[in-house]
Amino acid sequence: MRRGSFTILDNGAESQVDAVVRQDTVWLSFNALKTALGWERKPEGLCQGDMCIPLEDEQDLLSDDGVDLAGLAELLTRPLALDPEERVAYLGEAARDQSAQLMSLRAPDFSLPDLDGKLHSLSDQRGRKVLLVAYASW
Amino acid sequence: MYEELKDFGFTVITVALDRSAEDARPYIEKAKPQHPSLIDSEHRVAHLYGMINISTVVWIDEEGSIVRPNAIEYGSDIFKEFHGLESAPHLNALRAWVKEGKLTDGPEQVRAKLMLPSADEQLARAEFALAWHLHQAGKTEAAERHFERAGELSPFDWTIRRGSMPIRGMNPMGPDFFEIYKEWEAAGKPTYLTRAVENQRT
Repeated sequence: MRRGSFTILDNGAESQVDAVVRQDTVWLSFNALKTALGWERKPEGLCQGDMCIPLEDEQDLLSDDGVDLAGLAELLTRPLALDPEERVAYLGEAARDQSAQLMSLRAPDFSLPDLDGKLHSLSDQRGRKVLLVAYASW
Repeated sequence: MYEELKDFGFTVITVALDRSAEDARPYIEKAKPQHPSLIDSEHRVAHLYGMINISTVVWIDEEGSIVRPNAIEYGSDIFKEFHGLESAPHLNALRAWVKEGKLTDGPEQVRAKLMLPSADEQLARAEFALAWHLHQAGKTEAAERHFERAGELSPFDWTIRRGSMPIRGMNPMGPDFFEIYKEWEAAGKPTYLTRAVENQRT
């Protein structure tokens, strides 16, 4: 069992929190969960915004060391790429949420650098028609 | 094309799914664009828009809505022999949209053409993102494991299997790529539209 710093990437947003790694299972305290993923423990259960997950039915997600990250990800149907040895995890977008986003036909905003490192956003172009082209040297 | 259309309330944004500005630099400097030409080493745009190959084009209107979904299109016929796609139909349609506001598909038809991701495809994207993070941290061996896993989960996402090759020191034009191509061909060359048709059936 190893307690120590752990990196959580929540759809890219990075946090360093305390976690216990025991036989490839990662346990996050409720504090760490709140810092890294914005889920807060309330009387109703584990909550984010208006959504709450009652914890009475999810006892196997809980231990003295906190919440099982993989178990939580599964409950949220969010994809979890985990490297317990390197102490880093990436939590991505659930297929259902990604599908809903695509079906809304709203073009997701993004902010990326040009060759000089200057950031440009899609939203800078609001009011113009945009041809977005993704290419590569490969 | 940009020169012709830029005074009609139109712009182009190009996004290079390359590991560094240096890989994309020759293309951008050659084109000398007057429009944003951006570097997306983490493949953030590819993941946000559900892109699976290059070059993928999307049309976005003045209100930020997608009016033409992901499609593989090229700016010229240089590689037509290889991929069989003519550039003229897309460029003509683009001209008609920008100059006259003409669109052949309304929102429902656009939705019918969307490729919706499977759970494995989303997991593949998370594995790729983790692999990239590990690579940037100098953890090459760990990164390799996750790039490999990403490719297993989403074998026909070229942005993952082929796109990871330069990062991993593999040749994207060599035998490893031909293996991927043969698999893709054997599976019926799945693309956005073939997947959208499948989505409609289920």
